[in-house]
Amino acid sequence: MSKNGPFALAFNALVITFMLAPLLVVCIVAFTPENTLTIPTTSFSLRWFAAVFAHPDFMQSFWNSLWLALASATIATLLAVPAGMAITRYEFPGRDFLNGLFLSPLIIPHLVLGVALLRLFALVGGTGSFGWLVMAHALIVTPYTLRLVVAALVGFDRSAEQAALSLGASQATVFRRITLPMILPGVTGGWMLAFINSFDEVTMSIFVTSPSTVTLPVRMYMYATESIDPLMAAVSALMVAVTAVAMVILDRLYGLDRVLVGRK
Amino acid sequence: MSGIRNKAAPWWLSGPALLLFTALLLVPLLLTAVLSFNVYDPATGPKAGEFTLEHYAHVFTDSYYHGIFWRTFWISALVTLICVVIGAPEAYVLSRMRNPWRSILLLVVLAPLLVSVVVRAFGWSMLLGPEGAVNSLLGLVGIGPVKMLYTEIAVIVALVHVMLPFMVIPVWTSLQKLDPGVENAALSLKASPFTTLRRIVLPQVMPGILSGSLIVFGLAASSFAIPGLLGGRRLKMVATVVYDEYLSELNWPLGAAIALTLLAANLIVMLSYNRLVEGRYKKALG
Repeated sequence: MSKNGPFALAFNALVITFMLAPLLVVCIVAFTPENTLTIPTTSFSLRWFAAVFAHPDFMQSFWNSLWLALASATIATLLAVPAGMAITRYEFPGRDFLNGLFLSPLIIPHLVLGVALLRLFALVGGTGSFGWLVMAHALIVTPYTLRLVVAALVGFDRSAEQAALSLGASQATVFRRITLPMILPGVTGGWMLAFINSFDEVTMSIFVTSPSTVTLPVRMYMYATESIDPLMAAVSALMVAVTAVAMVILDRLYGLDRVLVGRK
Repeated sequence: MSGIRNKAAPWWLSGPALLLFTALLLVPLLLTAVLSFNVYDPATGPKAGEFTLEHYAHVFTDSYYHGIFWRTFWISALVTLICVVIGAPEAYVLSRMRNPWRSILLLVVLAPLLVSVVVRAFGWSMLLGPEGAVNSLLGLVGIGPVKMLYTEIAVIVALVHVMLPFMVIPVWTSLQKLDPGVENAALSLKASPFTTLRRIVLPQVMPGILSGSLIVFGLAASSFAIPGLLGGRRLKMVATVVYDEYLSELNWPLGAAIALTLLAANLIVMLSYNRLVEGRYKKALG
């Protein structure tokens, strides 16, 4: 393998700095003791974190986002496992259509989805309902779970399944005892990726949330358009922390590099 | 196995997902398409039974919307270009590193993808503000405070930050398919490093650059939170205008018409770009 020259390494350092700078500045400013967005140099304070936990709107939105992400990731996984089995194991007319349809939320702008769902919710009287919001999030995170489930099912040695079937195990037993354990890393990795994407989503949610179901990113967006103070930095730092924890779990369960760039 | 015989099984297995996607994707898109043709009355809202082309006529003839679509287009095109210029070399440099740096730095470049875009927009608003870190650095070299926040500069910088991973990933993937032996063969046959890069590496990563460009352009053109938070009230892009029509003006049919025009424009640009460049690329290989 050839080596990078000094120019290439300097370029690399610049890109890394560029990618980390906004996240680092958020996390540092969150510890400021001042009332303005200043970078703390001599003293650090947790007062803005305390302010977040004492802020009823932000706390309510945090719990909304957490339950929403847990519920929608779970529904998406329950839908994606059988759908992934259908797509990888059967030849049938309409298979490409189904695959394209289930992945389409990755291509259709979330803005368009938000507008379309707002129309539907207004017609069925579902505006502001948490249940409809969960289904909307399940829709946009299903592609992430489906991709990992399909990847797990494609690289799958089916001889163990065939052996179990020939020994008289039922289809259900084979699925429960052999197929599911073998694709489990893909399933849990997909669930985690769905959780992160639901927890972070803002563009679609801003159209379909009501004051009582506002999610954390939407609350932050609205807060930031009106006032900018260190409270926002503290919430952002907490968001980064939640995402970082989720990333570490995802890495242990499935491998972060496999999620982000596919197979090694 | 019983797979091919049992015709109903795949539909039964994907039935629940199909139900969700029909109810919350296909039906709402159809409803929105109908809505965009509905007559709008400022006093009572959209009228269900009456149809008009007025909203589309409005979008296509009003110079206000022309300006917004044009701004969205050039900002997205510029962001795509910058992502190619930074992302492709970065993926190449990373792929030539040794582990553990190779995997660690790849994750550092890609992981911001998983952090909410609102957090990243807020980070940039602090860095690019009048007293932010970037202006302090510029001050050190004698360039007076530059107004970046609430201008195109801030929107472009933050969009590049959000989109760069989408360029690095496909380029990295196509670099993994490149046999280092070919590169070494070219070098041992006395090709200069530059010629090797241009004649061996570049053609191999072209498909990655193309698919990365499509993703970046599509996402940038429909981006909402970045222009919303860093463009301020004046600097509108298509997504923020749709938001205004829906939640401030309450003119849903017009908002729907703009959103669907964006969807159609996105699809057309993607398909024609794909045709044009992939056709030429195949011919060149052919």
